Amino acid sequence: MSDVLLAASGIGKRFGGVQALQNVSLTIRRGEIYGLIGPNGAGKTTFFNVLTGLYAADAGEVILDGTRLNIGVPHEVTQQGIARTFQNIRLFGNMTALENVMVGRHLRSRAGVIGAVLRTAATRAEEAAITDRAHRLLQYVGVESRANDLARNLSYGEQRRLEIARALATEPRLLALDEPAAGMNATETAGLRLLIESIRADGVTLLLIEHDVKLVMGLCDRVAVLEYGEKIAEDVPEVVQRDPKVIEAYLGGAID
Amino acid sequence: MSSLLGARRDPRMARAGAVVLGIGLAIMPFVVGAGAGTAWVRVLDFALLYIMLALGLNIVVGFAGLLDLGYIAFYAVGAYLYALLSSPHLAVAFPALAPGLHWPVWVILPLGALVAGTFGVILGAPTLRLRGDYLAIVTLGFGEIIRIFMNNLNRPVNLTNGPQGITQIDPISIGGVSLGRSVEVAGFVIPSVYLYYYLFLIATLAVVFVSIRLEDSRIGRAWVAIREDEIAAKSCGINTRNIKLLAFAMGASFGGVAGGLFAGFQQFVSPESFTLLESIMVLCMVVLGGMGHIPGVIFGGILLTVLPEALRYGAVPVQTALFGKVLIPPESLRMLLFGLALILVMLYRPAGLWPSATRKRELAVAREAAEGRSE
Repeated sequence: MSDVLLAASGIGKRFGGVQALQNVSLTIRRGEIYGLIGPNGAGKTTFFNVLTGLYAADAGEVILDGTRLNIGVPHEVTQQGIARTFQNIRLFGNMTALENVMVGRHLRSRAGVIGAVLRTAATRAEEAAITDRAHRLLQYVGVESRANDLARNLSYGEQRRLEIARALATEPRLLALDEPAAGMNATETAGLRLLIESIRADGVTLLLIEHDVKLVMGLCDRVAVLEYGEKIAEDVPEVVQRDPKVIEAYLGGAID
Repeated sequence: MSSLLGARRDPRMARAGAVVLGIGLAIMPFVVGAGAGTAWVRVLDFALLYIMLALGLNIVVGFAGLLDLGYIAFYAVGAYLYALLSSPHLAVAFPALAPGLHWPVWVILPLGALVAGTFGVILGAPTLRLRGDYLAIVTLGFGEIIRIFMNNLNRPVNLTNGPQGITQIDPISIGGVSLGRSVEVAGFVIPSVYLYYYLFLIATLAVVFVSIRLEDSRIGRAWVAIREDEIAAKSCGINTRNIKLLAFAMGASFGGVAGGLFAGFQQFVSPESFTLLESIMVLCMVVLGGMGHIPGVIFGGILLTVLPEALRYGAVPVQTALFGKVLIPPESLRMLLFGLALILVMLYRPAGLWPSATRKRELAVAREAAEGRSE
């Protein structure tokens, strides 16, 4: 087993006249927390969407654990082991918290129409396993008490956690979180940090887009910085923080 | 997604309730027939057909959230399939087949479900990327295309007999007993419409059963997930293309079965029975009753079949008694009241007359929140 879990190379994506991503290459190592930062509009979320299959890339390829990802087909990417959350939470609002997580088990279960209608022993066993697993995941992220409430009625922080539970239900090797701390207060952020660390401790590699620089620098093993669709730095936080190009991107350069 | 009645009750109570309901359904035609006449038993038969249709459309619209305005096409496919396979008509186009095909109903109905399901997939496939209004427009077009085909497929080969429709369809017969005539059991005469009632009841119960089982399954959850947020559903690993096509196919197959039963019951089919208005009627049953909630949809189906009939019989005597003459003809009054009812329901009960328990709970939460704010 190699050290590298995910290797993206030469990713390019263009929207009409805007080159949103240009020749972006990065590698994520097994078991690390990898941060992706950059000013607004730098292409972080675009990269995320390419990686998780929502957009087809114009150039480049992504290798996950030795196999080429089928970019542009989200459910296959999920099948191959990448799960994600969304910047603006996308839960199934009119389903209960438990059902939301159960949906995450969809591709790891197989009951079809006939099994569902006849409710065979195999289907019943599978349903029981799905329910059980969903309950444990809710417990894991700490929203078990809301299991039977509609997802839309959960608090903001709970919704974030529920979305993580739903992503974990797909048994990802790489969990990609798009701004998980957005809109959270300090206590919630601290709780989230503990959750992310325990997910990593359980053997899942994490990719994080985050605006909260303090969180990223404190949590991530390595960080990449995007600006205008290009990667300008990739290293451990201490080095990235001192990189003049990064400082320039965030604070603006000196005037000659 | 909870049990049929929303809340889990004491199992003894539930069993007693089921027995009472069963007896009620079994004696229903006799009670209605004795109280209001056989014509009303016929209305009951149609109510059951419409419940099947509404439950089929509920899978597409209620569960998967795909607004389909051409659903009646699948009813037409089922009906014409039964008509062709169980009448002398095919001998007109193909003399070799004289005296026409007369296949048994237990072959035609599953075949009807299969063929209609296939049509569901064929018509669903081009619409996969569409949502909301756009999907509605395209499905509306498909529904009309099917009807217009039925209307014109009498040339060059007379397949559907065009606008005249197909007549002399065999009545449904089960085990050699034709349901088209009254049957005498121990000196007790059971009229044909009563027999059809029981057949339709069995078919409806089967459709209800399949709906309930599907709703509370991996597939049902995937449908609802697509309705709630398609992109999130995709990134949860749901193959939205296949799951949507499955919804179209399942919904259409219910329509196909109902269509076959309809053709055998009427012994006559023509394109006029499958107009856009019928599609809209079925959609109204789903929406008025409570989208995605099986008991609500059944209630909607009964309500929208029985009420117009009641108006048809009641409008003239009531108006004559009140005003001494008929001010508004029953046909117009029906549409007037129907439109009014729809507007009122959408204003005051947007989730339908009988929404699901979760929806109700959610409304209650919203109300409490609103009251908390006003205090």
